[in-house]
Amino acid sequence: MSDSANAPEPPVPSVGALSSEGLSPFRMGLARVKQNRAAKAAFWVVSFYVFVAVFAPVLVRILNIDPYALDREAINDFGLPAGQLGGISWDHPFGVEPGTGRDILGRLMYGARISLLVGAIGTLLTTVVGVTLGIVAGLRRGFVDALIGRLGDVTLAFPSLLLIIALANPMTQRLESWGVPAGNTARITYIMAVLTLFGWVYMARLVRGQVLSLREREFVEAARSFGAGTGHLVFKQLLPNLWPQIIVFVSLSLPGYVALEATLSFLGVGLLAPAASWGIMLGDSVRYYRAAPTYLFIPGVTLMVLVLAFNLLGDGLRDAFDPRSDRQQL
Amino acid sequence: MTLLSVRDLRVTFGTADGDVHAVKGVSFDVSPGETVAIVGESGSGKSVTANSLLRLNFGADVRTSGQVLLEGRDILAMSDEEVRHVRGREVAMIFQDPLTALNPFYSVGRQIGEAYAVHHPEASKKELREIALDSLHKVGIPEPGKRIDQHPHEFSGGMRQRIVIAIALVNSPKILIADEPTTALDVTVQAQILELIAAMQAEHGSAVILITHDLGVVAEITERVMVMYAGRVVESAAVADAFVTPTHPYTRGLLKSVKSLDSVRHERLESIPGIPPSLINLPSGCPFHPRCAHADSLAGRCSTEVPELRRVGPGSSACHLPDERLLNLLGGAHER
Ligand SMILES: Nc1ncnc2c1ncn2[C@@H]1O[C@H](COP(=O)(O)OP(=O)(O)O)[C@@H](O)[C@H]1O
Ligand SMILES: [Mg+2]
Repeated sequence: MSDSANAPEPPVPSVGALSSEGLSPFRMGLARVKQNRAAKAAFWVVSFYVFVAVFAPVLVRILNIDPYALDREAINDFGLPAGQLGGISWDHPFGVEPGTGRDILGRLMYGARISLLVGAIGTLLTTVVGVTLGIVAGLRRGFVDALIGRLGDVTLAFPSLLLIIALANPMTQRLESWGVPAGNTARITYIMAVLTLFGWVYMARLVRGQVLSLREREFVEAARSFGAGTGHLVFKQLLPNLWPQIIVFVSLSLPGYVALEATLSFLGVGLLAPAASWGIMLGDSVRYYRAAPTYLFIPGVTLMVLVLAFNLLGDGLRDAFDPRSDRQQL
Repeated sequence: MTLLSVRDLRVTFGTADGDVHAVKGVSFDVSPGETVAIVGESGSGKSVTANSLLRLNFGADVRTSGQVLLEGRDILAMSDEEVRHVRGREVAMIFQDPLTALNPFYSVGRQIGEAYAVHHPEASKKELREIALDSLHKVGIPEPGKRIDQHPHEFSGGMRQRIVIAIALVNSPKILIADEPTTALDVTVQAQILELIAAMQAEHGSAVILITHDLGVVAEITERVMVMYAGRVVESAAVADAFVTPTHPYTRGLLKSVKSLDSVRHERLESIPGIPPSLINLPSGCPFHPRCAHADSLAGRCSTEVPELRRVGPGSSACHLPDERLLNLLGGAHER
C-alpha cells in the first residue's frame, strides 16, 4: 500500500494507517497482506488444500475414489495402468497407481492430510518449544541463556538428516515399546519428535533476539515498574509483539516440514505404504516414470504447488509485518 | 515524618570490563508531597539510584546494598512478590522516552487499564475502561472518548508522555519518580509536561523525585536538589540555597556553565572542563579532584581522602574545603 493514499488524519505520525480508529500494528499488517495479490492467491490455494485434507473421507466417497481399494480392472497384465496417460478416466480422474490400481486422486487427498498434519503439528511443536526457550533465554539471560545457546549450537552441529535416517528404525521401535501404537503412528510420532528436536533452534534464536531488543524498549521495564509479574510480562507485553515474527516464521517453515515429510517418506524412513503420503507416491513413481509419467508428475506438482503457496504466503506476511520491508512498498 | 529514606545505597554492576560502581553510598530522605530533584552529568548514577528504589536495575550481575526504607519497610530486603506490590501502587515511575515506554500492540486505554488491573484484579472491563477514560481526561488528552482506543503511534510525543503519566498515576502512588521526563520531547511541550506533573502532584499529594539535567526545570518546580557526581551525592540543599549560594565546586561549575549562556533552560550539564571519571577506575580521593580548581590548595588531601557529605551552611556538601571558604568564596564567585 502506498502512503499517499492516506486520508486526512489527526496531525500525528501514522504508519500508513488506513483509518485512524484504533488500528493496531497487527491489524495494519493484516491489511497490508490483503493488498498483496500473490499472498492472497496463495492463501486461497492453501485453504483449498486444507479443505480437501479435512474433508478427504467425504470427498473420496462422493467421488467414489477409495484410496485403498485395489482396482484390478484399471491395470493391465504387466501391472501398468490400463489406457492413456496413466489410466486417467472418469472412474480415476488422475489415473491409478501401477501395480495396485489404487486411485491417485484419492491417495493425493489422503496424502494432503498427512502432509498438512505433519507440517502443522511439527510446526506447532517447534514453535512452542522454540518460543518458550527463546523467551526464557532472552528474559533470564546469563547462565540460562548461555546454556540454551550452546544447546542450540550443538543441535545445529549434528548432521541432522543423517541422524534422522539412521535412528528411524531403532527409535520407532523404542517408541513402540513405550506404548505408541505400532506402525505408522509410531513412525509419524518419530518424525514430529525429530522435527521439533532439530527445528526449535532457529525459532528460539529469532525469539531470543526479539526479546532482547524488546526488553530494551522501555515498555517492558515500564510494565515492571507498575508491578507486572513475569506472566504479565511474557503474555501481555512480549508475546503480542512477537506474533508478527512468529507468524512469518511459521509460514516460512511449514513448507519445509511438508517437503521434509515427503523426503523422509520418499527415502523410506517416513511413513510406509499403504499410507498415502506424497513422498511414498513419489518414491514409488520413480520406478515407473517411463511407463506412467503422470504418476510422477501429478504428486510432484501437487507437492510443489502447496510448498510454493506456503512460501508466497510467508513472503507476503513478512513484507507486511517486518518493518524493514517498507521500502519494497514505495 | 519521612516517607522514603535511602541509607548508604550502593550499586555495582559486574561487567566484562570490570566492576562499574554506579552508586557509591547515597543517602537521602523524601517527605510526603515533597519534590526532590536529582541532577548531575549523564553517567553520574541518577537513573541507577532511581531504579534501585523499585529494584529495577537489570543485568547479569547487579550488587545492591544499603537500605531503601519506604515508611520503614526496606524495599531491598523484600521478596519479589512484595516489591511487585510496591511498584505502581506505592511508588511509580515515568520514563524518559514515551515512544518506547508504551506498548505498540495495545490501545492506550487498554494500557492504562492494565496498569490498574495489575493491582486490582477484581476490576471489571467496564470499570477499567471508565478509569482509563477518566485518567486520559485528567492528563489533558482532548476527546478522550475518541482517543481511548487509539494506539501509541497515533499520538504525538507530548501526548504519549501524558499517557505515560496517566499510567504511572492510575494507582495513586505515594511517590512518583520521573527520570528525565522531558528530555525526549520537543522544547515546546516540555514546559506543559512539567506543569502537568506539578498539577498531578498537587492533586494526588504524591512526592516527586525528578531526575533531570535541566537546571531550569529544577528551579521551576522542585524544592530540594541533590547533585550527584560519580555515584555520590556531592551537594544537597534547598533549591534557593543551591542556586544562589552553591557550596560544592562541582555545583558551582554546573551553574556557571549554565549561566554563561543567555538561557538557563535546555542547557545540558556537560560544559565543565574535563570529562567525568570512569566508574571502573575512579580517581583516588575526591572523584572530582582532577577537574577541580581548588584541589591543589589542600596539600594533597583531595587526591587521597574521599570527602563525606556534611552540613555546610543551610545545606550539605561533600568537599574538603573549610566551611567558610565553601560559603563565601564560592557563593559570591558565580556572579562574575
Ligand atoms: N545495567 C547496567 N550494567 C552495567 N553498567 C550500568 C548499567 N546501568 C547503568 N550502568 C552504568 O552506571 C553508570 C550510571 O548510569 P546512570 O545511572 O544511567 O547515569 P545517569 O546519571 O545518566 O542516569 C553509567 O556509567 C552506566 O554505564
Ligand atoms: Mg539516566
